[in-house]
Amino acid sequence: MRAGMRLAKILLLTAALAGATSGAAYAGANVSHFTLANGLEVVVVPDHRAPVVTHMIWYKIGAADETPGKSGLAHFLEHLMFKGTEKNPGDTFSREVAEIGGQENAFTASDYTGFFQRVTRDHLREMMALEADRITGLVLTDDVVRPELNVVLEEQNMRVANNPAARLGEQIDAALYLNHPYGRPVIGWRQEIEQLDRDDALAFYRRFYSPNNAVVVVAGDVMADEVKADAEATYGKIADRAEANPRHRPMEPVQEAPRTVTLADMRVEQPSVSRDYLVPSETSAKAGESEALEVLAHVLGSGENCRLYRSLVIDQGLALNAGATYSGTALDYAKFTVFGSPKPGVPLHQLEAAIDAILAELGAHGVTADELDRAKTRLIADAVYAEDNQAALARWYGSALATGQTVEGVRTWPDRIRAVTAEAVQNAARTWLDRRHSVTGYLVKSLQSEEKRS
Amino acid sequence: MNADWLARLRHRGATSILPRAGLRHCLLLVAAIASAGTLFAVPAKATTIEHVVSAGGIEAWLVHEPAVPLIAVDFAFAGGAVQDPPGKSGTATLAASLLDSGAGDLDSHAFSDRLERKAIEMSFSAQRDTIRGTMRTLAENRDDAFDLLRLAVTAPRFDAKDVEISRAQILSLLRRETTSPADIASRRWWETAFEGHPYGRPLNGTPETLSSISIADLKSYAHRVLARQNLKIAVVGDIDAETLKPLLDRTFGALPEKPDLVSITNVAPRGLGRRLEVSLDVPQTVVDFGGPGISRQDPDFMAAYLVNHILGGGSSDSRLYQEVREKRGLAYSVSDNLVWLDHAAVLLGGTATRADRAGDTIDLIEKEIRRFADGGPTAGELTEAKKNLNSAFALNLDSSTKIAALLVQLQLDGLDTDYFTRRSTMIEAVTLDDARRVAKRLLDKGLLVTVVGKPQGFASSKPN
Repeated sequence: MRAGMRLAKILLLTAALAGATSGAAYAGANVSHFTLANGLEVVVVPDHRAPVVTHMIWYKIGAADETPGKSGLAHFLEHLMFKGTEKNPGDTFSREVAEIGGQENAFTASDYTGFFQRVTRDHLREMMALEADRITGLVLTDDVVRPELNVVLEEQNMRVANNPAARLGEQIDAALYLNHPYGRPVIGWRQEIEQLDRDDALAFYRRFYSPNNAVVVVAGDVMADEVKADAEATYGKIADRAEANPRHRPMEPVQEAPRTVTLADMRVEQPSVSRDYLVPSETSAKAGESEALEVLAHVLGSGENCRLYRSLVIDQGLALNAGATYSGTALDYAKFTVFGSPKPGVPLHQLEAAIDAILAELGAHGVTADELDRAKTRLIADAVYAEDNQAALARWYGSALATGQTVEGVRTWPDRIRAVTAEAVQNAARTWLDRRHSVTGYLVKSLQSEEKRS
Repeated sequence: MNADWLARLRHRGATSILPRAGLRHCLLLVAAIASAGTLFAVPAKATTIEHVVSAGGIEAWLVHEPAVPLIAVDFAFAGGAVQDPPGKSGTATLAASLLDSGAGDLDSHAFSDRLERKAIEMSFSAQRDTIRGTMRTLAENRDDAFDLLRLAVTAPRFDAKDVEISRAQILSLLRRETTSPADIASRRWWETAFEGHPYGRPLNGTPETLSSISIADLKSYAHRVLARQNLKIAVVGDIDAETLKPLLDRTFGALPEKPDLVSITNVAPRGLGRRLEVSLDVPQTVVDFGGPGISRQDPDFMAAYLVNHILGGGSSDSRLYQEVREKRGLAYSVSDNLVWLDHAAVLLGGTATRADRAGDTIDLIEKEIRRFADGGPTAGELTEAKKNLNSAFALNLDSSTKIAALLVQLQLDGLDTDYFTRRSTMIEAVTLDDARRVAKRLLDKGLLVTVVGKPQGFASSKPN
């Protein structure tokens, strides 16, 4: 879908930037971080250029925390959080936001669930009060739950069922994780979404939504001491109710076998191949490892002069597009992805072999000083560009803290990138681009046609 | 290479982060930016717009904001895809995708190398009425960045190898669009509403037209369209007026003074009252609907903007959102936008719904639009909409790139820098009678509806 793709593109770009720029060279210097008595963490990122604030609450709870058989519950609850509380029934909150000319939305991922408003600064406290009330005050009736379940099913239709590439993505994830719940789609498996109900949602809510399981990020035209006073007066009044949530998910066994999955759909007009390697996340990596993967992804797969694009698209003329990404913001594992779309007439396996040759070459001979320098320049510049968007900064701090990183870690990100050596990048390629820890996905028009070609 | 194409060529459509509500219809850059444009109400402290005129007569709107050491430039040349030669639609798209692929003495490799070494971002795209460009650089690389921009707009190379790579990428997208329900719905809508007019031609062309475009066509297009007189520029960031002025002359001064544009006739959308179905084997049915809109210069524009906001302008309070999504769970997204082009104006909306309720959903949307045409908004709805649009202004002024895009749109709309201060008064001046009259005017003429999927309970009208 066009707009769907645009949306996906924006999110992918955001993700790429987030990965690249979770460091903030300038605003980072002024970031404050404190914890209220009830366990709620608060991060304040001042940006005084416009009289606007972005107010976000991040719950350290996501699709990977669902009980097996209830996939999609974290996301369904996120939708239901807009149905009102005892104190602010129905759509009071949303109406308030609309009336003051604000924007609001929410999002769910494997490790976190977030809600945000963007408003003029004079309305911040009001937003904090409404959001604080929503931590424990949610009221749900079947009258609102049932239509919302249908909304979520249509969302699944739009994002996944109508989209062969998205369906392949789900199958790749399911194959990549042999044991860890990251293998489940965030939106859920359709037959399990269909069975979710009010009781499921409320049980999940009571178990996980609590001040001591959340991080509030306020970015914009604010002073830290004012935010602290407002936070004490609003969020500070909500008693914590959750057990400490250690977030121990079932982890992966030793992965020994490369996997391949092929999705065939008559609607596929542009075949493609992509491979996801299971690699450490920023949180689970040893010191320096995640940064090296970041630089590696850049050298291999970002921009027109990256190895994959230059070789496959420009020099060899085998592909229409090719690249690589590392999405490191996660608690337990991350994915390193290489991908390519062949030119008409080029079989997927030929393109895949050419990708493998490029990966092998990098593993054998490493990266040049020039490549290393360019990648770092770009990644560090991204940290400055990041300063231009308060909502993006808020997202980076929020996603980092919700996945077990620290404010200090975010702040020192440019320095950590600067410290990456060519040797570390080569080691990352040798260590982590191991086919035994990977799934290769093929998107094709029909299984027969692809088999004939290979 | 245009980053937009690359991103869309990636096959992984899914994202692991799910936002709760998204507008399916970010229809056009025009629509998206225009709606943002009317968010102005309160003057922002940091946003002082300077109208800069260089010694050579190049004009730009500037916001000097030194807090972050970067510079964002946004600009537009009037004359986008509508200026594609007959039988060669896609020329503007292909040309725009190549402006940053080699220029002057630098071939595409050398050009992208220079950009990447300094982390300078540059991109071009074709809209229906404009060629749009953006550039972003760290302030410390200012002179290099403007120099590369000068080369891109004044001396693009269109080397054969780069042309063929871009052409193949766009052809791949066109192939993909043939089985994408949202693309089919949109294409059918535009080609039916504007049959025989340049607006009815696909923005990115067809496989046949795209294949027929020669390097000479691309050079000729660039020469005809990239000129000074039809250029609007906005600059935001760590640069002051005195520094900018000579850079404007250096960057754009070598362009021809006047463009050589064919004249385009004004046109109104046709096919109102028709429902067209395209059968496609997908679980969810995609629906586009639309009718006449309102020109940006029309005295009723602000009333129409409020009316559209209340009907389906993207807020969760809108009537369509409430009726289709909140009350009945028929869709994840439903909305409509005012889209104003240079030679036409439309109101265009869309939704996506399960096949077995597709007929009901379309009937419901048409019924709600009819009810709104007849009764207009309530006093309460109008008050809320005014509050919303009045207060939301500042949200759009929190990043240099957003401000720059907005300032270009305001210039394209023929507005002046004082629009910031006037807008609030214009919104407040809309009366309930105005809103009701304009709802009728806007929505009374019926809709052209295109439907893609396997809808049930839906009767396609016969082609006329």
